[in-house]
Amino acid sequence: MISVRGLRKHYKVHKRPPGLKAALRSLVHRSYTTVKAVDGISFDIRPGERVGFLGPNGAGKTTTLKILSGLLYPSEGEVTVDGHVPQRREEAFLKKIMLVMGQKQQLLWDLPPAETFELNRAIYDVPQAQYKKTITDLVDLLEIGDLIGKPTRQLSLGERMKCELAAALIHQPRVLFLDEPTIGLDVAMQATMRTFIKEYNERYGATLILTSHYMDDVAALCPRVIVIDKGLLSYDGGLDALVQRVRPEKRVVLRLSEEVDASRLSPLGRVVTHEPGSAVLQVRQEAVNATITRALSTLPVMDLTVENAPLEEVMSELFAESKARRAAASELMPA
Amino acid sequence: MSARTVWRAFPTLLRVGFAEAVAYRAEMLIWVLSTTMPLVNMVLWMAVARDAPVGRFGEADFISYFLATFAVRQLATSWAAWLINWEVKQGVLSMRLLRPISPLWTYAVESIANFPMRLVVAAPVVLLSVALVGARAVPQHAWQWGFFVLALLGGWAIAFLANVAIGALCFFLESSERVLEVWLVLFFVCSGYMYPVELLPPTLRTVIDWLPFRYQIGLPVEMLTGAFGWEESVRLLGAQWAWVAALAALAAFTWKQGVRRFAAFGG
Repeated sequence: MISVRGLRKHYKVHKRPPGLKAALRSLVHRSYTTVKAVDGISFDIRPGERVGFLGPNGAGKTTTLKILSGLLYPSEGEVTVDGHVPQRREEAFLKKIMLVMGQKQQLLWDLPPAETFELNRAIYDVPQAQYKKTITDLVDLLEIGDLIGKPTRQLSLGERMKCELAAALIHQPRVLFLDEPTIGLDVAMQATMRTFIKEYNERYGATLILTSHYMDDVAALCPRVIVIDKGLLSYDGGLDALVQRVRPEKRVVLRLSEEVDASRLSPLGRVVTHEPGSAVLQVRQEAVNATITRALSTLPVMDLTVENAPLEEVMSELFAESKARRAAASELMPA
Repeated sequence: MSARTVWRAFPTLLRVGFAEAVAYRAEMLIWVLSTTMPLVNMVLWMAVARDAPVGRFGEADFISYFLATFAVRQLATSWAAWLINWEVKQGVLSMRLLRPISPLWTYAVESIANFPMRLVVAAPVVLLSVALVGARAVPQHAWQWGFFVLALLGGWAIAFLANVAIGALCFFLESSERVLEVWLVLFFVCSGYMYPVELLPPTLRTVIDWLPFRYQIGLPVEMLTGAFGWEESVRLLGAQWAWVAALAALAAFTWKQGVRRFAAFGG
């Protein structure tokens, strides 16, 4: 469905220090610097896959999504989406895709969302019967029946985002790019959006690429992740495998019926947190069984669960590793 | 984008555009107040013509000319350059580019969708002109009305296409609002907005005849006030639509080249 080979996007950016002197100097002489937003990445995505793009701010995730959706011209490399070259922006291609950006909206601000839906129906040339069915489904799934007649400006952020998603799906895109779709939403609304997105993917077999800083979004939606850092691809594979690679240790979460001394916990593993009624221990995977047996026999355990390390920690460790590798590489470079 | 897509979407685009124009009616009325310069000029030139006509213009002629100028200005106008600059800087253009219809069509339809609201202001002004000056304030023959409508459409097209060409320069210059200001200064001097261009010295008038500005406002106004016979009207309409074609090519070229440089900043 999506093929990316040697993709690069470099920007030439005007750079000057602050101050009047620098401003005057920039009138006659401008210095530019090249920003390598994406610096040679390759991957393939199969039809119907749900893939998460992960990376710190400025990693190149959104730039990649914008290239895939035809908004940006790549500096180098080959990209195809369902057989189309995105930057040609052919009508057939634009009718197959949609990019939903949590920080940008397509809803008409002073008109009710129903007007944007109707506008999209006309622009995407959706037959009336199909439009009515799709709208009925979307209104039911997203529970927006009483919202679509109110002016957009009077809707809350969460309500707007649900309508935004409905507007994006009227033409039933086969490829859906989601850039921070749950940003700024409360926990309940984030969960609603995740459920809806997953249901859309399963019902229509749409390919889905998601970027999000909320790891819960990624964990709930994306069996596969692509990690991009400083424009380079640093991981492409299963989410579980990534966690195993970066942080193979498990977390043993203990609920205790009475307070225990730290000295009773430390022989079992590394103590991550310790509070009066609970403790979290980090242990090697092969030592999990032994630790559980020992904890049950030596501690007043009420409840016990075994978990992976939180995805946020896994990611920050991965980015720290990449940063350290880059620093080491730059030290080896001749001056 | 296929012509079929545009054609089929056109009525809905127009209807939604009109709904937006109605939502912004207060803003539009404020804009109308900012275009009252022809009314000030009318009073000034009437005072000049009180004792003796200026060229062929007596007091009544200045009334019909400047009221027509006010009415034409409501329709033969565009703000696409500001919109493009803002949308490029904010990255909002991304949402338009994602749709399977060129943003140039949607900018155009949004402008045209404002016509009914603007006619609410323009039409009574033309009727006022007839009430003050008599029937000679408007065309006397059907063909003159036809030529006026053609000239008005051409005037709008020049305003819109020049705005797009200037707006698209922001892809290259970071901001092209200053370029638009230069255009507007030339527009005020050369378009017939401040005074009828036929009052200018012959050499200057020849220069103005070769520029696009008078074809945006001056020509539709002259058509509305019946200034020309058939042959002269055809010649001037030919020149006007040649400018429309040239500006369409320029706008399409700058837009196409510019979009390649779009950085889609802002999320």
